[in-house]
Amino acid sequence: MADLIATPGQTIGPFYGYALPYEGDNELVPPGRADAIRLHGQVLDGAGAPVPDALLELWQVDADGNVVQQPGSLKRDGWTFTGWGRTSTDDAGHYTFSTLRPGATAPGKAPFFLVTVFGRGVLNRLFTRAYLPEDADALAADPLLTSLPAERRDSCIAAADAHGYRFDIRLQGEAETVFLTYPRH
Amino acid sequence: MTTQPISTDPDSASASQEQVDGEIAAIAEDYRASGVEETQPRLDYPPYRSSLLRHPTKSLHHADPETIELWAPCFGHRDVHPLEADLTIQHGGEPLGERMKLVGRIVDGDGRPVRNQLVEIWQANAGGRYVHKRDQHPAPIDPNFTGVGRCLTDDDGNYAFTTIKPGPYPWKNHRNAWRPAHIHFSLFGTDFTQRMITQMYFPGDPLFALDPIFQSITDPKARERLVAQYDHSVTTHEWATGYRWDIVLTGSHRTPLETETDED
Repeated sequence: MADLIATPGQTIGPFYGYALPYEGDNELVPPGRADAIRLHGQVLDGAGAPVPDALLELWQVDADGNVVQQPGSLKRDGWTFTGWGRTSTDDAGHYTFSTLRPGATAPGKAPFFLVTVFGRGVLNRLFTRAYLPEDADALAADPLLTSLPAERRDSCIAAADAHGYRFDIRLQGEAETVFLTYPRH
Repeated sequence: MTTQPISTDPDSASASQEQVDGEIAAIAEDYRASGVEETQPRLDYPPYRSSLLRHPTKSLHHADPETIELWAPCFGHRDVHPLEADLTIQHGGEPLGERMKLVGRIVDGDGRPVRNQLVEIWQANAGGRYVHKRDQHPAPIDPNFTGVGRCLTDDDGNYAFTTIKPGPYPWKNHRNAWRPAHIHFSLFGTDFTQRMITQMYFPGDPLFALDPIFQSITDPKARERLVAQYDHSVTTHEWATGYRWDIVLTGSHRTPLETETDED
């Protein structure tokens, strides 16, 4: 079967703020619930300045490592974990998700969050993975991480903190985050 | 071409349209000479000033999709009410401007329909003004038009919205910069690797050649893929004009069998 050529992407622009965010968008689970964790960080530009108008999406497996196929992300009921959420950065370029720790999808696999970045000035969406830092053996065996130059690996690994993880996204520069392309892109 | 340094302040509006036209033309000429076909926008496109400090400088890293990347979030009628597809009935009265129906079909890179999936749109009103605090140019807000809609595709991948034709609007990329009229689209496929946000344009817009965001797609055939067609069979008697815009997402990595087991 011949591949069709995909329609081009375009920047999200500056004016999505009244359209795409919605109530509960960044709360995959209610914050404060016993097993809730925070995934948060800053989005920074090539000058190290915060990006206050980025939109991030989070897509992840559940705590047992299973892909979830449940509706309800746009109208959260507080009980259904859908695995997907979105949030805008604030004026300091900071974002926060309340979610669950993703589980390993198979024994020995390194769990990760899939994060997608949109923003004014970002002409097409950017994909990256935020790996959990705990399982050193799994990280050392991960096909994506091992395919990266050593000095770039850390940009894809979240840092544990008091309530969960911190994951900063650098769009450009010295410690630029690794952004991904997939076959058939 | 200008020899002045390019300001990284996206709101400086320091360059003239002629300077930006020159930058666009130089990149277009290099692209033609390269002989390599591009189908997506460049991330590094200096005529669009906001991209200067916001594009990755290292090439995107090839990843083989696994687990979560092979699936997309599931949306259903709990998430989206059918009336959200009509942007003209969200307030007490009729919005001003040209009422239009916008229809199209979403398929993946193998031509398979993207079924029961979320489509989100947002746009300026007929006067080219967004309901957004950052948009402060002196065009009227329409109290009967917010400019936000959602729908789910049907079993054959079709979407349909009723809205108002948006107007062009000024921005501060350079002096006297104007965006061609467009509607923003947010799209999901069956795999998260197909996630896309883009802009749909209207045929024959005189601002196409002047717009660095549109021209960041260096290939003219690729740019055409963002332009809707007027379709008189979609136009309705005494009610609304009709446009059609079909969308192709990137290829799925799941086999058709796996896609079937996805259905309830």
